[in-house]
Amino acid sequence: MGRYVARRLLQMIPVFIGTTLLIFLMVNVLPGDPVRALWGDKPPDPTQVAQIRHDRGLDLPLWQQYLHYMWGLLQGDFGKTIAGNRPVLDEITRAFPVSVRLAAMAWTFELVVGITLGVIAGIRRGKVIDTAVTLFTLVVISVPIFVIGLTLQLYFGNNLGWITPTVQDSTNFGQLMVPALVLGMVGLAYVARLTRTSIAENRSADYIRTATAKGLPRKRIITVHLLRNSLIPVVTYLGTDIGSLMAGAVITEGIFNVTGVGNLLFDALARREGAVIVGIVTVLVLVYLLASLLVDLLYAVLDPRIRYA
Amino acid sequence: MTITDMPANVPGPRSGEDNGGKLLDVRDLHVEFHTRDGVAKAVNGVNYSVDAGETLAVLGESGSGKSVTAQAIMGILDMPPGKIPQGEIIFRGQDMLKMSSEERRKIRGNKIAMIFQDALSALNPVLSVGYQLGEMFRVHEGLSKKEAKAKAVELMDRVRIPAAKERVSDYPHQFSGGMRQRIMIAMALALEPDLIIADEPTTALDVTVQAQVMELLAELQREYNMGLILITHDLGVVADVADKIAVMYAGRIVETAPVHELYKRPAHPYTKGLLDSIPRLDQKGQGLFAIKGLPPNLLKIPSGCAFNPRCPMAQDECRSEIPALHQVTERDGAELAGRASACHFWKETIHG
Amino acid sequence: MPDLTKTSSASEEAAAIVAGTPVTSDAGPAPEKPRSLGADAWRDLRRNPLFVVSGLLILVILLVAAFPGLFTGANPDTGDQANHFLGKPNLGHVFQEDWFGYDGTGRSLYARVLYGARNSIIVGLGVTILVTIFGGLMGMLAGYFGGFWDSLISRLTDVFFGIPFLLGSMVVLNAFTHRTVWVVTGALAFLGWTQIARVMRGAVITTKHADYVMAAKALGAGTKRILFRHILPNAIAPVIVVATISLGTYIVAESTLSYLGLGLGGDSISWGGDISDGTQFIRNYPHVLLFPAGALSITVLAFIMMGDAVREALDPKLR
Repeated sequence: MGRYVARRLLQMIPVFIGTTLLIFLMVNVLPGDPVRALWGDKPPDPTQVAQIRHDRGLDLPLWQQYLHYMWGLLQGDFGKTIAGNRPVLDEITRAFPVSVRLAAMAWTFELVVGITLGVIAGIRRGKVIDTAVTLFTLVVISVPIFVIGLTLQLYFGNNLGWITPTVQDSTNFGQLMVPALVLGMVGLAYVARLTRTSIAENRSADYIRTATAKGLPRKRIITVHLLRNSLIPVVTYLGTDIGSLMAGAVITEGIFNVTGVGNLLFDALARREGAVIVGIVTVLVLVYLLASLLVDLLYAVLDPRIRYA
Repeated sequence: MTITDMPANVPGPRSGEDNGGKLLDVRDLHVEFHTRDGVAKAVNGVNYSVDAGETLAVLGESGSGKSVTAQAIMGILDMPPGKIPQGEIIFRGQDMLKMSSEERRKIRGNKIAMIFQDALSALNPVLSVGYQLGEMFRVHEGLSKKEAKAKAVELMDRVRIPAAKERVSDYPHQFSGGMRQRIMIAMALALEPDLIIADEPTTALDVTVQAQVMELLAELQREYNMGLILITHDLGVVADVADKIAVMYAGRIVETAPVHELYKRPAHPYTKGLLDSIPRLDQKGQGLFAIKGLPPNLLKIPSGCAFNPRCPMAQDECRSEIPALHQVTERDGAELAGRASACHFWKETIHG
Repeated sequence: MPDLTKTSSASEEAAAIVAGTPVTSDAGPAPEKPRSLGADAWRDLRRNPLFVVSGLLILVILLVAAFPGLFTGANPDTGDQANHFLGKPNLGHVFQEDWFGYDGTGRSLYARVLYGARNSIIVGLGVTILVTIFGGLMGMLAGYFGGFWDSLISRLTDVFFGIPFLLGSMVVLNAFTHRTVWVVTGALAFLGWTQIARVMRGAVITTKHADYVMAAKALGAGTKRILFRHILPNAIAPVIVVATISLGTYIVAESTLSYLGLGLGGDSISWGGDISDGTQFIRNYPHVLLFPAGALSITVLAFIMMGDAVREALDPKLR
């Protein structure tokens, strides 16, 4: 087990380097100049531009810039913003707690509501409730999330007045409720679909027949025998989704005016602040990698047939 | 069938007198499956009974309805697509088909238990065997988790699994095939049921292990004086343990007989064919006999006797008339106890 | 906005479910003539209302995308601002210019919905074709050859998978000032190929060990023959399912990028662009949002239903 974790951690290193390199290249190779952007519509002063570029190391070859960046990263330095020369880490640490809170709530929705709906639909496959759940998930997946978000905002916020249309206080769980629901909506639909298929499939497994033949009550068959086996594919999804919930909050944060990572990222794109973008992705990649390791370890708990060596 | 017209709550005495104190009495059972391709008639009027301490072997090819009958008795048929349009399954004087699902559940595992063919898939892969065994006591007898585990160890000892105490927390995949089947047997025996249904309990095992497992099952059955329904397609397994045999074909019983009589003098051409297809050492080099043709499509069971397209003795009558289960007699008309054959030409078959 | 990254789940679903191996059903009676899995699936599909409905819908949508002019004489690009500004729909006027009402510059929404189909379909179809070819090839190489190639490709897949889909496509598209339909297609495909690669790899590994592949090897079949004649046809099923379902999600992705101002640029008509234009009027003129959003959702729905139907037909365990 220990050796397995060690090997997995080692395997993460090339992936981590690869991903940061990829995003670094994407941000820097593509056209657009953040330094010139400092002048806005006014014509920039070439000597000043050159000076800034030199100060920030932007005149070095790309590979050197990347090495500098990685070296800094190892020491916990995410670089500085072009405009304002502020540490990127400050911006990230300001934005992340908000997004983590929002993502955690959305994730809980996915887990609880998604699995419940999926189990109900899977057990009652072909019945009215199954059709209803399936239809709901399909609609959620096929309607763009910003349409859902804006509609809910309009309905609950402006028409019914149940919620504040935008989030005033990002530590207020009540205010974050609807944004979190919107954020987790699509994931919830996928979790429900996955659980449903998995349940429907395992329902006819031999060991379920055995459990019935043992005279176990239906509730026990479902919770003890059916659910655990069926959740294995769902766990993978839920695990890898933690990171994407934070990354995917751009739309939700925009609609409900939450100042989280999505917002920061959108701003950074508009201002062409490469270091901020790379920084955010770096953190997200770490989250993703650790989450997938956790998922794999959780597998062994759920399914004793899996042994790590 | 007048039987199906009986009121829902059958008065105790009447059914008691009817089944003559039998442990299990299956009467005119029909099972059909509604599929996309049509209605598959898997069981078409099966009658059989088992007494305490008695072993009934149900013999037949796959698709003969032998497993479906067993699942109907257990109450584990998938319904839908399965359906029981008529028949009675009387257990200790009560028709189980008329019971509520909760009443049936309490019988399952507790009074009637089942052993499945493939223990690897029949045991839950993610729960330890101790948990799965202990579950029987927790659910039916309300024991605590700890007590149940102790009982599980006891059971594992009972079926002679070495180092039971150490292995109680192991998972099914960590056991060998024979050991897994012992665990299945232990699970079925847990609450000392009145009746055990074993559905091809040794088919998935190595030949060397088959005998051991069969022996264990027979021994425990004697000890607890349980009724046993042994479902198999293997004539060799049957001979040693069964008291009587019911041969099934296309959802019907075509022949019943005490075990040794059946081997000596089959009264149905199908049984005869089955017996002839066993390889025998004393006939080495003669080439194996095989029943020609394929088992019938249950969506389109041939008219008349279902076996007629494959039967060497088939006449016109066989293609139009479904043969009833005739009492088999000696040449002189003396009844042979427990013997019946559903063949128009049973006399010719048994007496040559 | 997690939906863009969500396409991965479809792969998990399908990979878990359609292992791509031919399965013979031993339940029930022996059929008259043994049917192949493919023939059986096709027979199933034709009877499945889900498949028939989604198939017909997709045909109509493809027809509209190819020849929008067949369905309307109205011009989607110019409108009469004075008379029709945000004109309400006239649901009785079926197939007429004012059927769906008018948008903020007085253009016929009915015409725009018809003409917008093309770009959305090109993006959806284009991305799907690109990722299926590239991702499929990568997955096949990794799954079949194993060892070094598997490690290399799997790590590469991890690298691309690690970058959140939406975030990555935002970065790429942000760099282009002139975002044509091909730029958007390329950007989405650049980041989207990993899921197909993963599904294909899994399916090939499952199939590789199947007895009939062993038999083909034992008979001396060459690598190319084994790969394309024996493994591919049997491993392709889950890939088709995932590709069909994700086609829909790519169309949604394009609309989301449009909403962020990173979708198709210039004068190109697309549902995504019209939907994000419509969001400004959501409060008082919801029809401007409703019709393009409805068209897009129905299209996406059709593809997902098609994928679901195909999966159910191919998965014997779900019968």
